[in-house]
Amino acid sequence: MGVLSAVILYFVAQKFKVEEDPRIDEVEKMLPGANCGGCGFAGCRAMAEALVVRDDISALFCPVGGAECMKKTAAYLGKVAPEKEPTVATVRCGGVCSKRPRTNEYNGTKKCSMAAAFYTGETACAYGCLGYGDCVDACQFGAIKVNPETGIAEVDPDKCTACGACVKACPKGIIELRKKWPKNRAVYVSCVSKDKGAVTMKACKAGCIGCGKCAKVCAFGAITVENGVAYIDSQKCKLCRKCVNECPTGAIVLKGMDPLPKEPKAPAAKPAAAETKSAEKKESVNEQK
Amino acid sequence: MKTFPIGGVHPSDNKKWSCDKAIEVLALPDVVNIPLGQHIGAPATAKVAKGDKVLTGQLIAEATGFMSANIHSPISGTVTAVDLQPNAQGLRQMMITIKREGDEWMPEIDRSAEIKRECALDSAAIIAKIKDAGVVGMGGATFPTHVKLSIPNGCKAEFLIINGVECEPYLTSDHRTMLERGEELLTGVEILKKALGVEKAIIGVENNKPDAIANLNKIIKEKKFAVVVEPLKVQYPQGGEKQLIAAVTGREVPPPPALPIHVGAVVCNASTAVAVYEAVQKNKPLIERVVTVTGKDVKNTRNLLTRMGTPISTLLAEAGGLPEGDVKVVNGGPMMGRAMVNIDSPVTKGCSGITVFSGADVRRVPTSECIKCAKCVEACPMGLEPYLLQRLAAKQMWEEMEVERIPDCIECGCCQYTCPAGIALLDYVRLGKQTVMGIIRARAAAAAAAKK
Repeated sequence: MGVLSAVILYFVAQKFKVEEDPRIDEVEKMLPGANCGGCGFAGCRAMAEALVVRDDISALFCPVGGAECMKKTAAYLGKVAPEKEPTVATVRCGGVCSKRPRTNEYNGTKKCSMAAAFYTGETACAYGCLGYGDCVDACQFGAIKVNPETGIAEVDPDKCTACGACVKACPKGIIELRKKWPKNRAVYVSCVSKDKGAVTMKACKAGCIGCGKCAKVCAFGAITVENGVAYIDSQKCKLCRKCVNECPTGAIVLKGMDPLPKEPKAPAAKPAAAETKSAEKKESVNEQK
Repeated sequence: MKTFPIGGVHPSDNKKWSCDKAIEVLALPDVVNIPLGQHIGAPATAKVAKGDKVLTGQLIAEATGFMSANIHSPISGTVTAVDLQPNAQGLRQMMITIKREGDEWMPEIDRSAEIKRECALDSAAIIAKIKDAGVVGMGGATFPTHVKLSIPNGCKAEFLIINGVECEPYLTSDHRTMLERGEELLTGVEILKKALGVEKAIIGVENNKPDAIANLNKIIKEKKFAVVVEPLKVQYPQGGEKQLIAAVTGREVPPPPALPIHVGAVVCNASTAVAVYEAVQKNKPLIERVVTVTGKDVKNTRNLLTRMGTPISTLLAEAGGLPEGDVKVVNGGPMMGRAMVNIDSPVTKGCSGITVFSGADVRRVPTSECIKCAKCVEACPMGLEPYLLQRLAAKQMWEEMEVERIPDCIECGCCQYTCPAGIALLDYVRLGKQTVMGIIRARAAAAAAAKK
C-alpha cells in the first residue's frame, strides 16, 4: 500500500512539477531576508523574483542590503546594478519636555494613530512628536526608540535600513528619509510646525518660526521656507553649517560634527526664552470616551 | 413602552444637576470665533474679509455646494480676522473672528415673541428658507437640514420623527426646549410636515422627562396640533437615528449607504424644529442655541441660550468656574462627547452641552485582559462584535474589519461603557472605522476615475 502510494505520488509529482528559475532561490539567499517590505514587494522572495524576471532592474532597490547587496545580485544575474544613495530616517521634532510644556494629559489609548485622530496632543503644538511610539512598533530592526527623557522618537542611524516603515506609521508626518552622510553627519530642521511664528514660539521653544534667516545665509539654495517652516533639501545641502548658527530657536540640528565657531559680533541672544508660557488655565485631562 | 430591539445600556442619566434650571439668556460675547466647518459636509466659504462691518444675522459664509450650510453672524460688529485658529481639540481650523459693537440686527428678522402659526409657503419655499438660514441638525451630528428634507428620487417620506429623546446623560438642552418652547417646537414640526408632505409626525421622548411629555401633550390638545408624542423606554442610545426609527416605527434601516428615508422616515432633533420655526416664520438664521453647562462639581449648572461663537470659557465662568484639581471638560455628554484641550474654543451649531468631570471621574479605570465575556456584543445596538473589531484594529486588519461591518458602527460607546475589563474598545473601533471609511472612499474615487 505504502509502496503503491509512493509510486503514484512520484508520477503525480513528475506530472505537476512546477518549473522555477533556480536563480530565484540563489538571489533570495543574497538578499538580507528581513521581509520588511521596504523595496515595495511583499517580501524578499517576491523581490528576488522581480530581480530575476525583469530585464531592467534599475527601479528595484533593497534599502536594507544597500548598494553592496544590489551589486552582488546584479553581478550574479549579469544585469546593471541599480544605484541609490543611502538614506536614513530622521525624526524632525525637537520639542523635548523642557522646551515644549505639557498643557493637558492624554488618558486615551497610548497610540499615536489614535491620539492624532482625536486631537493635537499633550502640548500646544499641533505638529510635534506624540511619543507613543507607533514608529517603534513599525520598525523591524530596533532602530527607533522613544527616549523617555525627551518624549521624542530617536533613530539609531547605524541600525536604520531606510525601509520607510516608520515614515508610513507616523501620523504627524514628522519622519523623513534623508541623505545619509558618512559618520552619521546631518543638518536638518527639527520642526514641521506650520503655525505662525508667535504661535509656534508659545507652544515650543525649539520650534521653527519661519524667520528665513537660514535661507538667506545658505549659499547652495538648499533651504526653503514654506508655510512658516524651513526645510533643508538634503540633496543640495553641503553641510557648511552656516545656517545652524543663524537659527534663533535652535531648530536646526547638527549631528556628528562640531558647529562652526560663532562670530564674535553675534550677541547670542535668546529671544525664545523670553516668551514663557502664559498663565495656563487648569490642566484639562483629556480622554476620548 | 417602546424601545429599540437589540443592545443598549442604561447609564445613570445625571440630568438632575441641570434639568430644573430654566433657559437663561447669556450676555452677548465681546468677541466671537465662527468656524467655517461646523456641520457635516464641505466647510462654508467666507463671504467677509478683515475690516468688514456685519450685522447680527448677516450671512458671513456661504454653503459650498449642496452638502454644506450657510453661516451667519451671531453679533454685530467688525470682522477682525479670517484665519486658522485652534478648535476644541486643538486642531487648526478656519474661523471668522468678529468683535462686537452694539447689537444691531438685520432688518428682516422678526424679533417679537409673538408666535406665528400660519405658514402659506409651499414645500420648496420652506426648504429654501431653511437652507438660507443655515439650519443643521442640532443634536450633535450637524447634518444640514435642507439636505435631509430634499427627498431623493424614488423615495417617499411617510413619517416625520422628532428626536426629543436626549438619551445622552447630563444634557438637558432639548428637555428645557420642549418644556419652555413647546409651541414654537410644534409649529416647527407642522412646517417640517408641510415641507415633507407627510401626514404623520411623532415626537419620541424618553420617559425620564414626564414634564416635557405632559407639556407637549397639553399644547397639542389646547392648540390642536396634529402631532403625536411617543414616550419611550429610558435606554441609551435611544436617540440614535436608526434606534429611534426602530423604536417608533418598528422598521429597520438597512446598512449604509442606505438612509432613513429608504424606510420612509425623516428624523429631526427637537431643537432643530425650533430653529426651523424661527427660520421660516421669523426669518431668523441659526445664530444661537441652548447649551447645558453641567457636572457634579459645577457650582451653578445652567441651560444658557448662547450666541454661536461664544468662547466656552465664558459659559464655564457663568456656571461658577471650573472645580478644583484636575478636570476634564467634555464638549457634549459623557458617552459621545469629546474632551477638549482648548476651553476658549467657540460654541458651534452642534454643541448641546458642556460637561465637566472632576475627581475620580477624570481618568479612565485600569484595564485588564479581555476574557471574551461578550458583554460588548450584547450591548452593541448595531449587532456588531466590538471585542473582535478591537483586535482587528489593533492588528491593522482593515479588510477583515470591513467584512465585520465596521461602517455600521454609530460610535455610541455602549461597548466601552459596558466592558468590565475597562478596555478602550471605542478608541480602536473609531480608528478602524476612520481608516476603513477612508479606504472605501478611495476605492469609490478610483472606480469613478476608471469610469471616466
